[in-house]
Amino acid sequence: MTQADWIWKEPKEKLVDWLEQMWTVRWFDEKVDEFFAKGMIHGTTHLCVGQEASAVGVCAMLEGKDKITSTHRGHGHCIAKGADPDRMMAELFGRETGYCKGKGGSMHIADVEKGNLGANGIVGGGIPLAVGAALTSKMRQEGYITVCFFGDGAANEGSFHEAVNLAAIWDLPVIFVCENNQYGMSGPVKDMVKIENIADRASGYGIPGHVVDGNSLPEVMTVMKEAVEYTRNGHGPVLIEAKTYRWKGHSKSDAKKYRTREEEKEWKDKDPIRFFQDALIERGIITQEEAETVKKETKAQIERSVEFAEQSPEPSEDTLLEDVYA
Amino acid sequence: MQSSAVNSSNDKETARSITFAEAVREALSQEMREDQDVFILGEDIGVYGGAFGVTRGMIEEFGPERIRNTPISEAAITGAAIGSALTGMKPVVELQFSDFITIAMDQLANQAAKLRYMYGGKGNVPMVLRTPSGSGTGAAAQHSQSLEAWVAHIPGLKVVQPSTASDAKGLLKAAIADPNPVIFYEHKLLYKTEGHVPEEAYTIPLGQADIKREGTDVTIVATAVMVHKALEAAEKLAEEGINVEVIDPRTLVPLDEQTIVDSVKKTGKVIVVHEAVKRGGYGGEIASMIAESEAFDYLDAPVRRLGALPVPVPYNPTLEKATVPQVDDIMQAARDSVHRR
Repeated sequence: MTQADWIWKEPKEKLVDWLEQMWTVRWFDEKVDEFFAKGMIHGTTHLCVGQEASAVGVCAMLEGKDKITSTHRGHGHCIAKGADPDRMMAELFGRETGYCKGKGGSMHIADVEKGNLGANGIVGGGIPLAVGAALTSKMRQEGYITVCFFGDGAANEGSFHEAVNLAAIWDLPVIFVCENNQYGMSGPVKDMVKIENIADRASGYGIPGHVVDGNSLPEVMTVMKEAVEYTRNGHGPVLIEAKTYRWKGHSKSDAKKYRTREEEKEWKDKDPIRFFQDALIERGIITQEEAETVKKETKAQIERSVEFAEQSPEPSEDTLLEDVYA
Repeated sequence: MQSSAVNSSNDKETARSITFAEAVREALSQEMREDQDVFILGEDIGVYGGAFGVTRGMIEEFGPERIRNTPISEAAITGAAIGSALTGMKPVVELQFSDFITIAMDQLANQAAKLRYMYGGKGNVPMVLRTPSGSGTGAAAQHSQSLEAWVAHIPGLKVVQPSTASDAKGLLKAAIADPNPVIFYEHKLLYKTEGHVPEEAYTIPLGQADIKREGTDVTIVATAVMVHKALEAAEKLAEEGINVEVIDPRTLVPLDEQTIVDSVKKTGKVIVVHEAVKRGGYGGEIASMIAESEAFDYLDAPVRRLGALPVPVPYNPTLEKATVPQVDDIMQAARDSVHRR
């Protein structure tokens, strides 16, 4: 028995849903990777393949009214918070049906209705925004909590320090989730941060900090569950550091000279999806066949998202100046 | 400024005179009484009353939840305001000195200004950032700048620069009601200036210039404290037979182009004056707008600009004064235009 074993007692449909979500994130980003390689999508993108468990595990512990702020590597957060992959893909294709009507692209997808206050192209830029959303919840007694996703790189931005301190002194309902994927663009976290764990910084702000295996869905969910309870009960913010790894490069043009193929293999052996799927099969919750079906169906779903995107119209030039001001 | 005993009994509203700082406070207080979603956050705005005393007494009325005293964290203050605005509140940030906008700039330029557009029209950022600007207090290079051109350059932000107490009150009410991020500049030298300010709540729409003095010979477009210098220059120039029209745009974004163009068509001569550094200043934008407009054909003299010299604001009072346009400079520019020198 470990602390995370409660998860296996959850209803089968929930467990399968989480597996589906992780596969959806995986296939979405694999497809985007393929399209960039073929030059079918322009601009740039940041893929979260290998980090699916932190996005899905964190959002699985939230309620519909709860909010998140996301990062430049945000497709997983988006899907886990309930976004429609069709409209996400359409956004990457720059189409009118996309979440941002084709004006935002990969780095700016927001799904306000689902509580996703948006990805952010500025490292650390979304952290104060999450604190503001939490402030609204507290002042209006709306009862929602806000999860602020950010990376190891953002932990060295001044906005992180300022915002976490502000949230701490005001006891705001916000959970800071640092997805430590080991690298900034190329800067290894071990060279850029002197301490062992970014979560250790929590004590500097007088809030609880937890380190978790970001590739283990059950572990992420267990830590999140506790943090959500703490924060929702008015005790203030929590800092969680999920240690994980991005399998792909930083963005589309990354030769990955700053790390070895051996290191990549080591992390790929800790594939969060396979880990969870195997556990479900071993425990007799799903069969090998059912697992295959989930894998296939989620892949087919992304193919349909691509079709939707490709068939969607380009935005009219008449919309260019719309929405600069409300 | 003291009104006589005779007229104090009638028309109390127009007779009442309060300072610019009091007018700002009155606008804030009225909005906060009216709308629970309006709140203020900033450094030392609690019992201290803010660096310039604008929020004095407000924490006593509204309490610490709505008069939120913050740590010295300009990025987090601004970002928290944006995040709260995005989720339904109407925050008013007090940024202690406008020079500190540099520390809040990512949040303003990359977040507040762009979120709505980037998100395809979902979400508004109905926030106001009030901030004291300008030189003349001996606060030297890091506490005396006029950086309004920086924010005016960014699509998505609105920029307001009131010059009188009554304008400050009406414009601030409009800024708070506006569904967009508004940067609201308060010139430090104006805080103690008095003016007639109606007690009841009223709004001055953003994007409506005000003709502060009507004239026929030359138009002076001036902002903030320069409005007063322009009016003083106009008084003196009248003695020389030069009849000056003074226009205060009041808001840089949106800019009331028509009022300026109409005035230039009437006078045929125009001087644009602001306290900000002339190079790259917003006066260049106004001058270009005039040159590109139908007023071009009416010009009898080149469009002239007055602004600060390209130098950090020095501490020594004589040097400080020499940095920014003075009444004599405005008078000379007007004479040059009228006499086409």
